[in-house]
Amino acid sequence: MDSYFSILFTEVYKILFLLVPVLVSVAMIVWLDRRVWAFVQKRRGPNVVGPFGLFQSLADALKYIFKEIIIPASSNKLVFVLAPVVTMTLALISWAVIPFGEDFVLADINVGILYLFAVSSLGVYGIIMGGWASNSKYPFLGAIRSAAQMVSYEVSIGVIIINVLLCVGSLNLSEIVMAQQNLWFVIPLFPMFVIFFISALAETNRPPFDLPEAEAELVAGYQTEYSGMMYAMFWLGEYANILLMCAMGSVLFLGGWLSPIDVFPFNAIPGPFWLIFKILFLFILFALVKATVPRYRYDQLMKLGWKIFLPFSLFYVVLTSSFLLYFDLLPGK
Amino acid sequence: MIAHSVFFYIFSLIAIVSAVMVTVSKNTVHSVFFLILDFISISCLFIMIGAEFLGMIMLIVYVGAVAVLFLFVVMMLNVAEQKGQWFSSRWDGGTHIPVGLLVSLIIFFELIVVIGGWKYKPDLLNSLSINISTEVTNTRSIGNVLYTDYIHLFQISGMILLVAMIGAIVLTYRERAGVKRQSYVKQISRERDEGVDLVEAERNKGVKIDV
Repeated sequence: MDSYFSILFTEVYKILFLLVPVLVSVAMIVWLDRRVWAFVQKRRGPNVVGPFGLFQSLADALKYIFKEIIIPASSNKLVFVLAPVVTMTLALISWAVIPFGEDFVLADINVGILYLFAVSSLGVYGIIMGGWASNSKYPFLGAIRSAAQMVSYEVSIGVIIINVLLCVGSLNLSEIVMAQQNLWFVIPLFPMFVIFFISALAETNRPPFDLPEAEAELVAGYQTEYSGMMYAMFWLGEYANILLMCAMGSVLFLGGWLSPIDVFPFNAIPGPFWLIFKILFLFILFALVKATVPRYRYDQLMKLGWKIFLPFSLFYVVLTSSFLLYFDLLPGK
Repeated sequence: MIAHSVFFYIFSLIAIVSAVMVTVSKNTVHSVFFLILDFISISCLFIMIGAEFLGMIMLIVYVGAVAVLFLFVVMMLNVAEQKGQWFSSRWDGGTHIPVGLLVSLIIFFELIVVIGGWKYKPDLLNSLSINISTEVTNTRSIGNVLYTDYIHLFQISGMILLVAMIGAIVLTYRERAGVKRQSYVKQISRERDEGVDLVEAERNKGVKIDV
């Protein structure tokens, strides 16, 4: 029992060591998002609070904390309060399996990629619960849209993951990274990387696929009735999910913590920094897409997911596996 | 080991209580939420016995996809009113009770057969031809068995699912008249010549445009 508690305490310490940086970087990433967005549109963006406006997110967070939380009288109160909690929790627990370096991972589980996939597929519940419990038309419509969208795009993400797994022969995230030592999967599986990126945009409800919160049609979608800290939790969860998708993309396709070329000035930089650079690179791509592309129509979104991405990635599974089989490259015999 | 059994009892308690709550709770949407909680605690139990692949698949398939569709249907169809009728209206002669009794009796006997077999044949695992080793991960061992020994059963179940899917689409598909469809190819390949029509307009007459 004693050893059990000592293990528990070291684990809690490790978890805090992971979660606090993630939460701080979520706040920073919101600032970065708004900054990139502004620069593309030739505006200045948030630049007043602190140097370059770096403390803008802190100021926003303070404002959210001190605002009143309004719970609609006709809402289903328990579910209404639970929804942001679920979103936030699910966004944070998936960070447990992301490997930041060799032996630098909180939980090095055998089915790491399945865990990530499972947790990201649970993310839809925060939104459905919020939309349903608000007992109001716009949130409900937003929630229904979001559920359909996330379920559809998960299918193509799953098939893309199968492509990567065929080349690795393991579901462990560290092994997926180590399999890319010679060649990052972004090169042989480039079309899959593009589809993964677009599906990640849809999965995290980012523009151009932000139909669940299309402000011109649905006010703010499932968040309409939320205020104060509960709204901020939805928002934090959403950005933590975006960061997670970027991390997943860098682990699956961009070689995780590995340096691009294994020569001196590059491999001297520690692995976690490489992973952070890659996450930031993908995130800036996310922000650029947000700034430049107009919103999709709902039927176009569904058509893209089911009629284009799914058949194409299924075809690519067949292609990858026949290539590996023909050249006798199948791993793990 | 103590911690292990404590967690086992916590998860199984949650599973049983939420399974009861699925049937007991008045609000249908709450029932589905309890069903989700039940699925999650059962997948935790799977992970605790070392079947991490099954646990994760349980989460992905049942919680991530099936239960979302349940929620969808329950929220859209307004089942609450229907359920209210069943519970509050006067006794309708209990037309649905015999079917329910039959189904639960069959399930009960199946459970008895399964548990009985397990009890009276404790070396059931050894009697099968599959040798289960703890060396390989269970993802790999499931794959090894499923895609070699049971490949025909696997393919047959896939075909059954495909037929069910096609059947559902055929049953619900209705061709509606007057639906305007968008064709990207047609829109993109439109040229100036067919898009713009120059008309000589006479004064005070107006122009008739063919649509």
